[in-house]
Amino acid sequence: MRYREALNAALREEMQRDPNVMLMGEDIGVFNGAFKVTAGLLEAFGEKRVRDTPISENTIVGMGVGAAMTGLRPVVELMTINFSLLAMDQIVNHAASIRYMFGGQVKVPLVVRMPQGAGHQLGPTHSHSWEALYLHVPGLLVATPTTAADAKGLLKSAIRDDNPVIFIEHEYLYGQRGEVPDDEDHTVRFGVAAIRREGSDVTIVGISRMALTAARAAKTLSEEHDIEAEVIDPRTLRPLDLDTILASVRKTNRCVIVEEGWPHGGVGANLAALVQEQAFDDLDAPIQRVTGADVPMPYSKPLEQIAFPHEPQVIDAVLATFGDRR
Amino acid sequence: MLLIRRFEERAGEMYAKAKIGGFLHLAIGEEATIVGSTRALRDQDYLISTYRSHGHTLARGSEPERVMAELFGRVDGLCNGRGGSMHMFDLQNRFMGGYGIVGGNLPLAAGFALASDYLERDEVTLCQFGDGASNQGTFGETMNLAALWRLPVVFMVTNNQFGMGTALERHSAVTDLMRKGEGFGVPGMRCDGMDVADTYNVTCDALRIAREERQPVLVEAVTYRFRGHSMADPEEYRTKEQVDEWRKRDPLTVFGDQLVAAGVLGEDEREAIDRETIERVDRAVAFADASPHPSPNDLYDDIYVLGEQVRGWYSVDERTPTPHRGEDESAMDRAELPHAAEHAGATTAKPADAAQADED
Repeated sequence: MRYREALNAALREEMQRDPNVMLMGEDIGVFNGAFKVTAGLLEAFGEKRVRDTPISENTIVGMGVGAAMTGLRPVVELMTINFSLLAMDQIVNHAASIRYMFGGQVKVPLVVRMPQGAGHQLGPTHSHSWEALYLHVPGLLVATPTTAADAKGLLKSAIRDDNPVIFIEHEYLYGQRGEVPDDEDHTVRFGVAAIRREGSDVTIVGISRMALTAARAAKTLSEEHDIEAEVIDPRTLRPLDLDTILASVRKTNRCVIVEEGWPHGGVGANLAALVQEQAFDDLDAPIQRVTGADVPMPYSKPLEQIAFPHEPQVIDAVLATFGDRR
Repeated sequence: MLLIRRFEERAGEMYAKAKIGGFLHLAIGEEATIVGSTRALRDQDYLISTYRSHGHTLARGSEPERVMAELFGRVDGLCNGRGGSMHMFDLQNRFMGGYGIVGGNLPLAAGFALASDYLERDEVTLCQFGDGASNQGTFGETMNLAALWRLPVVFMVTNNQFGMGTALERHSAVTDLMRKGEGFGVPGMRCDGMDVADTYNVTCDALRIAREERQPVLVEAVTYRFRGHSMADPEEYRTKEQVDEWRKRDPLTVFGDQLVAAGVLGEDEREAIDRETIERVDRAVAFADASPHPSPNDLYDDIYVLGEQVRGWYSVDERTPTPHRGEDESAMDRAELPHAAEHAGATTAKPADAAQADED
């Protein structure tokens, strides 16, 4: 099953399970979704539950917050993470804050889904990776599924949870295939990292698509450099399963963090701080970060390709933690 | 109206005494708009307002004690001292909040109306905002969506003539605000926001149209605030003569005189009601003053709903190696929780008294 089909299955199953789950978004109904994630759902559930909206991101998300406060479980789709900036006001000032600022009187069971990622030559307004922006905000949960199984399991958990969830998909991953459990109760708990590959020499943490890039690099490292890397996909960034990462670092004594987003104030910057605070004595080398380039995403294919990490950069970063073994 | 007036006058005094922090936006002068519109609601209807909302929550039935305690930032406040003046909220009375982002409450209002419609409940949402908010993008976006989806919502623009210190004719190309929703499919009505009966009648009509015809309506309530935008406002943008002119239409005086003239109220009764109201506000102040400040241990409460995905507040915070604080917090005895702010992550800001406790 492809990643997009897994997401579709999660939406379908949760809508069948709970009549108060409803979808809102631009072109999710008649058009079947910009990335076809919602294909067939309008036909299956009707216009009351699958709502095409005007292009009004801030208001769609704000309506989702209001409806969540008063009894529904809305799932809002935004066409790209870049467009989510138009809704940043409602996401941060309202979705994340309302429960806290009103002393716990209401909850906001809202899911806001959006894809991110470079590689399709969509230039600087459609291609960024901004999990770090949402990771920053207390009150939000942040999921970054990499595999089809996790896409389904995490989305089901997100819809069932009573907190606002920023659910960050990836444009490249939509077409990727993976085994997905058929079980309608297959959910993936937030805050539990997945160890994609076991290894004893270095820990590589990969976020979103970069978990796949990290896994490919690990294979090459094993075959060509005799280095066995442990690859960890945190799956959710809030809550973050730091335990699994720390346990791995204590075993391998080396850590490399790979993300597609910008370096400054990024996921890797945050995670490196956490790891050095809590496992400094276990580290044999400085933590390495592999990030996207510190630029708005260029359109030009060769420029775009060097603006986000690939396998060679991950390998270089791992080798750097070994110093003279390079 | 009298309760709101006396309450806010006293709040202003308490602000001057530094019992109340932050900003304090008083609605003195706008009481007829608040009470006339709120009284038109049914119990199950939703009311949502702005950062100028002490009056709205009082009119909806909140206890003055708890509103004043919120202003004082105390645990017995409506929001346990988390929201303050700009962020009142009283779910029980269906007052769905004061919001500090101008125009930010409109999409939420449409969301409440969407849920009412979806769940087939006979509720209407009344959404109040100022003339300044009518220039925000959310105004047009929400009008369009509410009309498109035929949501049961009434928008009320409280036209108090100024967006903070910028006069209506200097901030809006269209000053006939009731017409500002027409291009989005939302017809307009206007009421005299200084006249409580007129405001009530027009709001009743608008609510009926929204409830029965599923047609959102924009009501312009023409009013005036006698005090500055907030307590920190030297009022350099308007003349004393203009304020005095509007004060002649003070809704409390005008409506009180009407009641006396109609023989509904005697002069003695009018004075007695005023005395009782002042005493009521005295009690609210005493209650607020006696209510404790929130404990530093409460700093992290209610960020998340605890459950399957978030086992404890600490599971989303930075962990230290041992123990794994917050694990399965919901199953733990609250008294045993390692919940104090001083135990939070290494660089977490600490409340002053927690830091003090550390030094001790």
